Amino acid sequence: MIKLQVNGQERSFDGDPGMPLLWFLRDELGLTGTKFGCGIAQCGACTIHVDGEATRACQTAVSEAAGKQVVTIEGLHPQGDHPVQKAWRAQNVAQCGYCQTGQIMQAAALLKQTPNPTDDDIDNLMAGNICRCGTYTRIRAAIKQAAKEA
Amino acid sequence: MNNIIENVSRRQILAGAAFVLAAQVVPMRGLWAQDKKFGAAGMPNGTVNDPRVFLSIAGDGTVSIVCHRSEMGQGVRTGVPLMLAEELEADWSKVKIVQAQGDEVKYGNQDTDGSRSTRHFMKPMRECGAAARMMLEGAAAKKWGVPASEVEAKNHEVVHKASGRKLGYGELAADAAQMPVPAAGTLKLKDPAQFRYIGKSTPIVDSRDITTGKAVFGQDVRLDAMKYAVIARPPVYGGKVKSVDSAAALQVPGVEKVVQLPSPPPPTVFQQLGGVAVIAKNTWAAMKGREALKIVWDDGPNAAYNSPAYREQLLATARKPGKVVRSQGDFDAAFNGAAKKIEAEYYLPHLAHATMEPPAATARFANGKCEVWACVQSPQGTRDTVAKALGLTSADVAVNVTLLGGGFGRKSKPDFAVEAALLSKEIGASVKVVWTREDDIHHGFYHTVSAERLQAGVDAQNKVVAWRHNSVAPSIAALFGPDPKHQAGFELGMGLVDTPFDVANMRIENGEATAMARLGWFRSVSNIPHAFAVQSFVAELAAAAGKDPKDYLLELIGAARVIDPGKTSTVGHWNNGEDPEVYKIESARLRRVTELAARQAEWGRPMPQGSGLGIAVHRSFVTYVAAVVEAKVDNRGRVSIPRIEMAVDCGPHVNLDRVKSQMEGAAVMGLSLALKSEITFKDGKVEQSNFDDYEVLRIDETPRVINVHVVDTGFGEPPGGVGEPGVPPIAPALANAIFAATGKRLRSLPVKDQLRA
Ligand code: FES
Ligand code: FES
Repeated sequence: MIKLQVNGQERSFDGDPGMPLLWFLRDELGLTGTKFGCGIAQCGACTIHVDGEATRACQTAVSEAAGKQVVTIEGLHPQGDHPVQKAWRAQNVAQCGYCQTGQIMQAAALLKQTPNPTDDDIDNLMAGNICRCGTYTRIRAAIKQAAKEA
Repeated sequence: MNNIIENVSRRQILAGAAFVLAAQVVPMRGLWAQDKKFGAAGMPNGTVNDPRVFLSIAGDGTVSIVCHRSEMGQGVRTGVPLMLAEELEADWSKVKIVQAQGDEVKYGNQDTDGSRSTRHFMKPMRECGAAARMMLEGAAAKKWGVPASEVEAKNHEVVHKASGRKLGYGELAADAAQMPVPAAGTLKLKDPAQFRYIGKSTPIVDSRDITTGKAVFGQDVRLDAMKYAVIARPPVYGGKVKSVDSAAALQVPGVEKVVQLPSPPPPTVFQQLGGVAVIAKNTWAAMKGREALKIVWDDGPNAAYNSPAYREQLLATARKPGKVVRSQGDFDAAFNGAAKKIEAEYYLPHLAHATMEPPAATARFANGKCEVWACVQSPQGTRDTVAKALGLTSADVAVNVTLLGGGFGRKSKPDFAVEAALLSKEIGASVKVVWTREDDIHHGFYHTVSAERLQAGVDAQNKVVAWRHNSVAPSIAALFGPDPKHQAGFELGMGLVDTPFDVANMRIENGEATAMARLGWFRSVSNIPHAFAVQSFVAELAAAAGKDPKDYLLELIGAARVIDPGKTSTVGHWNNGEDPEVYKIESARLRRVTELAARQAEWGRPMPQGSGLGIAVHRSFVTYVAAVVEAKVDNRGRVSIPRIEMAVDCGPHVNLDRVKSQMEGAAVMGLSLALKSEITFKDGKVEQSNFDDYEVLRIDETPRVINVHVVDTGFGEPPGGVGEPGVPPIAPALANAIFAATGKRLRSLPVKDQLRA
């Protein structure tokens, strides 16, 4: 039996310990805000926070998260008003929106680590997150806005 | 066949090529040229403008507007209802959007592709809103006992100016519903000068749900007691299962069943590919189970498909005379007598849509009825296709449309919904079919592959006197019927026969090519290869003439006039299904966007060593877009793109911010296909699998600056498309910029490491 904290709640799992967190979150807990985009750590759609670090849920086994604090997009802010979420809405970043929860989780971790990111910082820390709709210029603008307002 | 499918909506291709979907078949007479229907009228089930279908008002004043088109990032759930709200004089903050099920008899056409939603539904949506506004006014006037002409609806209430009385929409809703719907001829539409929403920027309605993880996409659907399925599909298009050993798969914990699905032979239209499905308690178990399957495949004839050989074949065909699809003047005489002769060959590979959300569908079959939840661009097409697969009538199938995590044409094809429906029926439970990224890359509906050969003769003054273009590419029509081995009218009409240049002697040809993969439309379709070749070639001609490429392009476009390629074309002038009298090809509009993009990019500014500007312009989806790309190539041959300036003339626009975001996205998609993306086949199998080998642009490769300049045409022009037309000019503008930066002309996409030192 694996125990972990998800969005502040104690959760347990007694299935395949090798199952990626992604599927535990989506299929077992119904937290579908964490998205499936590639399954091989190439797109960032599944980005969550594990003990505060941006982590690809598709490449993290449930067993690796045992005893850890997992935060998904649903738990980023109780009202959905984290500065990054607000900046995303202010810049009308989303097109289809599918990549955006992963982008937001990645950006939130980035800003914690680097409160005033340069363009190069943004390139380095966001290059693992694909947006097939091509919202990158707005993602950049939103991160800068969130940095200013955080 | 070209005649038959010339005036196609994409779904109408079905009607002409293969009578497979009974409910969608358009009567044959509707396809004859003489009673050709244009625009929305030419689409299956046309439009509906009855406010009772699209609108309801609750007692508290909440206005619910139905969106019958699919949201895939283009902003349609905001833009289309906004047009209704505008005429209704509704307060947008009190509007709720309700997503329609697939039901075209009720709502009108729902095929969300071809960049048509605004273009075809501006009029009916405005009419719905105006009719409802007049019904509210009528109800208030009746209540107050005053003539309707004395009252006015404004911002969610009706006002009687003379007495100062007011009633909110919520208070009037019940009475208004009893009023007769005003006849179309009596509707008073707002003066565009009074618009509060149309033409401004409105944030998308789904923004909060998207940023908080509440938005539900096809992959996110969950039903009670639902099973999960992944499917092993034939690796070669047209192949099928020879034998399967599922013993090991059934041993995987969580796996419950293994089900074989039949593989219909090509042309497969939108049917399932078939194969072997693993049904499990969760997605992970299903994936593990699939890995454990031992399948022997019968690959069929397409196992002979190898991209390098096919490429040579296309190029060889392009060097031979093709079927003439447009001819004016005497190309041969003019070319032979030309002072200078220039020719070039271009090649563009297959592409996969790689929507960020891989396809997914959930189905529940029970008591002879089926309900589907899926990320589909064609809700009614899905309904009809699923019904046919299950042997039901469409009335027994309900299709619920989720948000689409990207569409780009992939999700116009509901094969994944058919899979879910067949499996649900087979196992007697609700089931979600999850496509992995590998499934998506291996089993797509690929963008065509093409060779384009151009020749020009120029006179002593460097004026083009002869122009010949032979375009060779397998046709999407092969998906629907016997392979025509030539591009269909709608493909030829995407930037080939409608080449807008002022050249007296022109011959446009189309060589033969056989489709050996499952092909389908990809955002902006054949405009991609045609525009790449034509707009690259113009810059090549300019270089040969020693002239500025922008000036040379403008010279070729020529003086202000209306261009009618239909006059000299053997396949007519497709014009995206629009009436050429209403949607003309105007050289002045091509010039205007070209000049605007050039001005904004400060065309002509001195560029440092290794940097250059490139320009291209293209009209598609009855919209004009020009782009100037700034490229920088370092001494190791690495390309970066600091800035793009785009100018777009799409006629009147509804949501300015979404026009811009579509262009920004198109710029990124255009750069992806120009720089990185390529699907190749080996022995009939796709060689790429995921984002590590089918690459798309990332943030560090994206221009820091993408500026979009939207021409304000006012409402004097009819609305054009927005979702697709931004893509075609990007790749040629980039190739032209690379040439300006390095003197190297790239004629084959993607660029990848062609410049690497
Ligand atoms: S799904 Fe995890 S990185 Fe793509
Ligand atoms: S918004 Fe569609 S993939 Fe990013």
